[in-house]
Amino acid sequence: MLPHLDAAYNLARWLLRNDADADDVTQEACVRAYRFFDSFHGGNAKTWLLTIVRHACYTWLKQHRAEKSTMPFDEQQHSSNGNEPDDGITPFSASPETLCLQDADRRLLHQCLEGLPLEFREALVLRELEGLSYKEISAVMEVPIGTVMSRLARGRGLLQQQLTGYSRQEA
Amino acid sequence: MDCRRALSLMHGYLDRELDLTTRFAVEQHLADCPTCREISQQQQALSAALGAQARYHRARPALAAGIRSALDVIDATSGTTMRQTPRWLSLAASVVFAAFIGSSITYWLAGTAPEELLAREVIASHVRAQMVAGRLTDISSSDSHTVKPWFNGKLDFAPPVLDLTTQGFPLVGGRLEYLTNRPVAALVYRHRQHLIQLYVWPAVDRPDTALHALTRQGYQVYYWSDATMHYWAISDLNAEALKSFCKLLQEHAAAGPVARATRGLPGPEDLS
Repeated sequence: MLPHLDAAYNLARWLLRNDADADDVTQEACVRAYRFFDSFHGGNAKTWLLTIVRHACYTWLKQHRAEKSTMPFDEQQHSSNGNEPDDGITPFSASPETLCLQDADRRLLHQCLEGLPLEFREALVLRELEGLSYKEISAVMEVPIGTVMSRLARGRGLLQQQLTGYSRQEA
Repeated sequence: MDCRRALSLMHGYLDRELDLTTRFAVEQHLADCPTCREISQQQQALSAALGAQARYHRARPALAAGIRSALDVIDATSGTTMRQTPRWLSLAASVVFAAFIGSSITYWLAGTAPEELLAREVIASHVRAQMVAGRLTDISSSDSHTVKPWFNGKLDFAPPVLDLTTQGFPLVGGRLEYLTNRPVAALVYRHRQHLIQLYVWPAVDRPDTALHALTRQGYQVYYWSDATMHYWAISDLNAEALKSFCKLLQEHAAAGPVARATRGLPGPEDLS
């Protein structure tokens, strides 16, 4: 029985964006984690495993210097108003062009999420795909809960901008 | 709540991570403000789309198999059985654990530290004595030469009764009390408006002369022993004042032959 293996792989796959790399890193991290299960002193086994996997992914990314945003985020280009202080909230105007996200193309959503900067991507994956609470995300990402909330806000804002941008291009 | 605050709390709200009060405040704002409501709906739709449509990458069976075989190799080479603990070991562990829990409970029920039990008795006595008028002292006098002899024939020891008026602790009186399954002397002193009760009884075992402090239910408790007696002092005084009172008693005991007062005989009158 290998508990939380899917969660571990899903996180690694979204962080590394490649099947083979995610396989390697997950295997290495999980072997280490399951083997040293002794060092786990109660608490949440899932966040414990995810923390280890996340560390392994970051180490891998550092070594391979592969982390480049496929869609580099340009603050100037994407900000509707350059003077506005960025509080992680997307300036949003309800317009007829507003994307109806329920119908969003799965591939597009996938592409935009993969294109997000690492710290926003991992927050969104842990929240939206893994369904972790802020507290659990804060444990995995090793940041305060307030930071979790602002990263989610920022990540969702960016994602929405990109989705809206793409749907405009296609229109 | 203004829009800026509502927007800053929006994601906590949508993720159901806000406390009830804040949640209601945001809800109220969304009901009142169409712009924020629109944004909230957008974000909600985005979350729903992510949850429903973004791919959840499941581990392939090959990955699980790879991890298993890697763990097996480790087990085989290191000779340890970290993952598959032998059945007898788990059984032994649970027996040990059960014994531990059992003994902890027994200890908790029966083996509460004797000082703790005694502290409860002392506090109860101190409180009860002040609840009923006239219960505090059997003999009321500020004269130690009146209080001390009063215990003759009532106790099988002569408690040291000191006159500490000049030091700010006038004597109020004394009474008989029953603690640790034996009659003891309860001496009542006063410091300003605060009562101090000093419980004294003979030491039978090796004395612990160190001064120990406890705080329970707002009362300060100090206890110590000397060669002949156990002493427990309790008061609603502050710790410092009560401590100085105890120090005075210790000094007196150390200074004179008083401390070696023979059990069962009245102490020498130079006691005071």
